[in-house]
Amino acid sequence: MHLAAWPVFLPLIASFIVLFAKAKGLLWQRVINLLAISGLILLSIGLIIESSSGVHQVYLLGNWPAPFGIVLVLDQLSALMVAITSVLALAALAYAIATGTDKTGAHFHVMFLIFIFGLNGAFLTGDLFNLFVFFEVLLLASYGLLLHGGGRRRTKAGLHYVIINMVGATLFLFAVGTLYGILGTLNIADMAAKVAVLPQQDAAIVAAAGLLLLVVFCIKAAIFPLYLWLPIAYSNTAAAVAALFAIMTKVGLYAIIRVHGTVFSESAGSLANYYMPWLLGLGLLTLILAAFGVMAVTNLRQQVAYLVLASVATLLIAIGLNNLSGLSAGLYYIIHSTLIAGGFFLLADIISRGRGSFDDRFERSFAMPGAILIGSMFMFGAIAMIGMPPLSGFFGKVLILDASLEHQWVGLIIAVVLVAGFIMMVTMARTGMLLFYHVLPADEADNKPTDNDVTRTSPNRISIVAVISLFAVSPLLVIFAQPITTFTESAAAQQYDSKRYIESVLSKQPVKSGKE
Amino acid sequence: MEWLIALVIGVLTAAGVYLTLRARTFPVVLGLTLLAYAVNVFLFAMGRLTIGQPAVINPAATGYSDPLPQALVLTAIVIAFGMTAFLIVLALKAQGELGNDHVDGLDHATDELPLEINNIEKVKNNKSLDFNSQEANQ
Repeated sequence: MHLAAWPVFLPLIASFIVLFAKAKGLLWQRVINLLAISGLILLSIGLIIESSSGVHQVYLLGNWPAPFGIVLVLDQLSALMVAITSVLALAALAYAIATGTDKTGAHFHVMFLIFIFGLNGAFLTGDLFNLFVFFEVLLLASYGLLLHGGGRRRTKAGLHYVIINMVGATLFLFAVGTLYGILGTLNIADMAAKVAVLPQQDAAIVAAAGLLLLVVFCIKAAIFPLYLWLPIAYSNTAAAVAALFAIMTKVGLYAIIRVHGTVFSESAGSLANYYMPWLLGLGLLTLILAAFGVMAVTNLRQQVAYLVLASVATLLIAIGLNNLSGLSAGLYYIIHSTLIAGGFFLLADIISRGRGSFDDRFERSFAMPGAILIGSMFMFGAIAMIGMPPLSGFFGKVLILDASLEHQWVGLIIAVVLVAGFIMMVTMARTGMLLFYHVLPADEADNKPTDNDVTRTSPNRISIVAVISLFAVSPLLVIFAQPITTFTESAAAQQYDSKRYIESVLSKQPVKSGKE
Repeated sequence: MEWLIALVIGVLTAAGVYLTLRARTFPVVLGLTLLAYAVNVFLFAMGRLTIGQPAVINPAATGYSDPLPQALVLTAIVIAFGMTAFLIVLALKAQGELGNDHVDGLDHATDELPLEINNIEKVKNNKSLDFNSQEANQ
């Protein structure tokens, strides 16, 4: 059964092929990349069906048994993340091709596929050091993608992004080293088993290493006080890349759920769930600051970046509730927030292209071509993003708040989530009015020349389709809320049942060779 | 030997953190390199310090040193090496494009106009095309 390994190897193999297809021209690269990502979507449907039996699919790389070799573990959570990644990737790729982003520099498609390779590897691996390696793979590809196309602002944003992630990598290694020094293993399941029987004198150092690891994942997820890189990096890169990066913050959250949720689960003795108050507190703080950020910024791309930050904070609150319905609600919200945020980055690019030299700054400008369609899409996306009824953002938040009712901080959580939601709603209404209603009179548009040669371009059909197909997920999530929440509930239950995870990973026997 | 290794890791880390917090790109690169050295030595020490012990199975051996941290260090060195090379190239690119080696690019990285024009504009009137000042105006 090689199904668990394919999402990792398909993008890798495809990236090699795309690299060599460069000699044949861009069209070949585009076709191969599209085929690979479409294949990945089919594969992820297969993964979801395969995982929904509730059994952990363990794949032993090199046929080495579990604590000694590296394992790939497929469960419902990782299948869900792979599926979200591939859907987002297809839309981002379609937009990149439609707007010619891939023409502005070499090797866009190669880095794109390597990025997906790193993501899928991080979602499927069952080994902490292997997680580090996949993080580095996806980061290195993301450096290339972030800087793709060049330009000063991009270079400046890229420098910050690269440096903070290198510091993160160092911290990751310190944490991994400490954990290995005490536990003597790096397999997540084996670590969880060792932590459960940890002698009391070692508990403090493992706790410190666990929190160090949390800092690393919080850098990736952009949690207070380590989020300042995100708005700069996301708002200065190409739209298709920013849309694809919407999944990257979720990798950090996924790593928290997977590593901390398994190693420091209920059965971890004195260390059981000791990190949870940090998650909840930091989530609440980040959410407030993100709402202020949404209000304070002066251009649309940064505003969307802060909206992404708000969704990450909401997710962190959902995880920090530390109950099954909270995690399940969080998983529902991950699907919604990743895909809608991706769509919104693409829409922000369509808007700024339509405004010519005004770009995406919050200034009065002339009406953009196709303002009615784009404006409707903006309203739809904004409603979904800030969590107003009737779209999926609202349902996600209702589920999260419902799960928080049992928590002792319930008043604070509800107050923060609702006030932040209100601030974002008012601000997005202001943005929408400025962009679409409060425009300069049309007759001036003919007389007054724009200050440089940037022309206003109306979006082409494929880029509109890419945005709409991502936004369409929102009503679908509402219409099919029942089967989807059933799935996320069972995924959360599977994640909470860390004993079965440990058992299925460690008891997996290597395949006997036919010759023996 | 333990205290020596601990001291080396501590000094490397302290120097690395100090240099990483500098405002110019070159000290930052050096700082990250020192941090990478520190973490490599640290990882190595986590397999416990042994002298003259083989890492692979040997019937004559009286004991073994832990081979796993050695493999981890090898991976970490390669990754840190690649990342540092990338960062140096990026820092050079930033130096070329932004006209200075400050990690924040000072206030030159504000638009796509050539630097000279930007500076003249600034002298002419304080309301330049500067992104930061624009933010302040609004």
